[in-house]
Order: sequence, then structure tokens, then C-alpha cells
Amino acid sequence: MQNNPIARLGDTGVYVLQDLGRMTFFLLKAFRGVFRRPFRFREVLRQVHFIGAGSLTVIICTAATTGMVLGLQGFYSLNKFGAEGWLGSAVSLSLIMELGPVLTALMVAGRAGSAMCAELGIMRISDQIDALDCMAIDPFRYLISPKFLAALFSVPLLTAVFDVVGIAGGYVAGVTLMGVSPGSYIESMQASVTNHDLRLGIIKSFVFGLLVVWICTGRGYFVWEIRGAGFGAESVSRVTTQAVVMSSITVLVFDYLLTAVLL
Amino acid sequence: MNGPAIEFREVLKVFPKRSGGVQTVLDKVSFSIPTGKTTVIAGGSGQGKSVTLKLILCLMRADAGRIFVHGQDVTDIEGKALEDLRTRFGVLFQGAALFDSLTVYENVSLPLRERTKKTEKEIGDQVGVTLERLGLTGHEGKYPAQLSGGMRKRVGLARALQLKPEILLFDEPTTGLDPVMTQDIYRLFAETQAQEGFSSIIVSHDIPKIFSLADQVIILNEGKMDVFTSPEEIQLSRQEHIREFVRTTMGEIYQSHLVER
Repeated sequence: MQNNPIARLGDTGVYVLQDLGRMTFFLLKAFRGVFRRPFRFREVLRQVHFIGAGSLTVIICTAATTGMVLGLQGFYSLNKFGAEGWLGSAVSLSLIMELGPVLTALMVAGRAGSAMCAELGIMRISDQIDALDCMAIDPFRYLISPKFLAALFSVPLLTAVFDVVGIAGGYVAGVTLMGVSPGSYIESMQASVTNHDLRLGIIKSFVFGLLVVWICTGRGYFVWEIRGAGFGAESVSRVTTQAVVMSSITVLVFDYLLTAVLL
Repeated sequence: MNGPAIEFREVLKVFPKRSGGVQTVLDKVSFSIPTGKTTVIAGGSGQGKSVTLKLILCLMRADAGRIFVHGQDVTDIEGKALEDLRTRFGVLFQGAALFDSLTVYENVSLPLRERTKKTEKEIGDQVGVTLERLGLTGHEGKYPAQLSGGMRKRVGLARALQLKPEILLFDEPTTGLDPVMTQDIYRLFAETQAQEGFSSIIVSHDIPKIFSLADQVIILNEGKMDVFTSPEEIQLSRQEHIREFVRTTMGEIYQSHLVER
């Protein structure tokens, strides 16, 4: 490592540029792999099961508690203005445009993203990815692209489940526990949620799904190229942690950017 | 096939050091691997043995010089041509590099399923013959985690043979194996080479034992290569680093091996 701070800064700048370039080519190759034959439908289904069905429990639990908290807090705030009838609107808009896509992506990053990163990291350090290359089997088509397809399919569906369960949680807290009128909860929701809001939520869920699978698989694939990762099993654990942190932060940054651009 | 299987001409490979500057792993080395013969690449840790294999497989690129495979310049080869080139190689990795989530049968049949248009029956027949030859019949349904180190190496060898390679590369094939298993792997290797007639490169520390298989030995030291055509030639070398290598790596076992020969 350089001792001169300016040299160190330059060194870091070069590393960041190299990393961005590496990850950009990785993304392009992953998309190219989707169209290369033979297609791996069975592997895509397996990944959909792993990312989608496997994450369902954690998504439902998170959505139910988030919706109930929103119901209680929303009631507390709206009650001050005598506007508790708008609770359905507040809960549903918060979930559909913001919390649903973001929390779903964070949950998928923590559960499936970390597993994908560790799997690829282990395959890299045990020469399994090199073995694919040596057999002239494209590792992107074989390993990465099915994960991309599965994430792009599963994350929006999980987000939809999150929204529905969250709205139901808000209903339980607001209507059943706090006594808000069921009709006003449903009616205010129907009156305020527009197609534009739904579209924003869907776009976010696609983008977040892509970011999570891209960062998590990319970190695992390049486990030896990551600065400070070390070697062997330790490198996999470090890179997995880094992947989850990096994808979570990137999701939050893109959440702001997309909201600012699309709202 | 005429001419060498592989030829390095003035190949240079350097790696950047974290402390600045570069480390030269291969310093304009030139050598050739004869067709149908066995070449052993030996040398201390970090001397570039695995780098040499990766350059041959185009998993890494040379910084200068040219690399030829059966006369074809593969130094900058890309795309479909690279895929076609790789189907001509078989590789047995140090840890066998089997896919953990696939059974023995699925591991061995993978290259046939992915790279050929054979039917399931044809694949089954071919894999069955190979598994039988390597003593793996009855283990088809096992996963790599359920196999011993020696059996994993045999499965790796079976997989490497599926596409009928012209050149087989072995990266430390007996690391971590006991002497009986080591002997077993070498016996299988010799039998298979006699049947299939491929050229082979073995990267190994197991110098005394591997000599019985080698037609040529290449010793790597500080970026340079020394090529020998027999064990005796190595012992007669007057170069200090070769004499040191003979003393530290071969020792008494080497002496006894010479007596056996």
C-alpha cells in the first residue's frame, strides 16, 4: 500500500474505476447470457423458488409488522387533525410507493443476495467457475443469468405480496384495534392510489431487484478482485457482508433518485 | 499431429505489486510441449506453475510474447474460437473443482450435456464406460461431499476426459492424497494416456514419483524456465538453483528412484 496520501487517493480512484468497469461488463455479460443457448429454464425456476418462494415468510412477517406500525402511527398522527378516515390512503401510499419496494429489496438482499454471493464466491475459490470456462461452458449463461431472470421476476411479485400484506396489517391495526371505520379505510385507499403510484412502485421493484442481484452476484464472482477481501473462506465471508451492505445502500440511494425523477 | 502440442515464444507475464512496481512471474520464456508426451512443470511456490497453465487455457493473458496450440496462435483468441479451443483441453484441478450440487454422474456428464448434441442414452453409455474404467461404478448418485479425496480426483479425471481432449492439464493432481491413492491416480493416468493418446502437462511437487511418467521436465525459477529431457539430466545440471532444487525437493527419494531406474 502507498504511504503518500495523494498516491493512495489516486490508487483508490483507479481501483474504483476498475471496479465499475468490471461490474458494467459483468452486467452486460449477464444479459447476453439470457439469450445464449441452451436455455436453462429449470435453473431459472429453481432460482425463482429460492429467491421468491424462499423469501415469502420473511416478506410476509416484515410486511405485516410494517403495515401494523404504519396503521398505529398513522392513526396517532391523523387523529390529531380529525383525519383518521384517511388512514387507508396514508398506509397504502406509503407501502406502494416507498416501503414495499425498499423493504422487499432489503429483505431479498439479506436472505437471497447473501446466499448468491457466498455460493459464487465459494465456486470461485474452489476453481468451479474456472472449470466451467475450461469446459467452454459460459459461466454467465450457466450460473449468473438464471439468477438475474429469477430476481427480475420474483422481486416485483414479492413487492406486490408485501404491499397487500402491509395494507392488511394497517387494516388490522387501524380498523380492528383503533376503531377506524372499515369503509373509510378502503374508500380512502381507492380514492388516493392512482395508476401512476402503482407504476412507480413496480419500476422501483424492478430496479431494486436488478441492483441486488447485480451487486451480490458480481461481488461473489469477483471475490479475488475485491480489495481487502483476503483469501480463502475469509474472503467469501467478507465479500458477502460487503455485498449485502453495498446493495442495501445502493437501493436506498436509488430509491431517492427514482422518487425524485418519477414522482 | 505434427509439431509441438503447445509452444511458448518469449512469453512475459507480470503482476502489479501492492507496494508499487511489478513482479515478473514469467520472464520471456520459450519452450514447447511435445505432442502425445507427458511434460512435468515443477518449481517452488509462487514461481508461476499455475500461471503457465492459466496462460495455456487463456484464463489469463500474456503481457508479451506468443502462445501456440498445435500451431494456432491463441495469444489473443476470443469468442467462439476460444470456446472451440477450450473443448480441445481437459483439465484436472488441484481440488478436482467438482460442482457440489451435482452428483458424480451429473458432474461427469456436464460437458457432454452442455457442449454436444448427444442423446441422453448416448451420454449415459459414454459416462458409464468412463466411470467403469476409473473404478467409479456404483458411485454415480453420490455428491462430491460424500467422496474421498482420491475418488474426487478420479471423478475430475472422468469429467476431463469426456470431450476427448487432445491435451490434458493436471494441476497438482496428488496434493492431499496418501501414497496409495497417489500411486492409484498415476496408474490411472498412465493407463488412460496409453488408451487415448493425449498430450499432457502435469504441474506437481511430487517430483520423484512423477518422473516415471515424464518425458520432459520443466523447472521454473524466478521467471526463467529450464527444460530437461530426463531426471538424470537434472541431476547433472551445474546451475546452482537446479542443484538446490534437487537437494531440497528430491533428496534421498530421488536417489533411490535413480537406482530403481
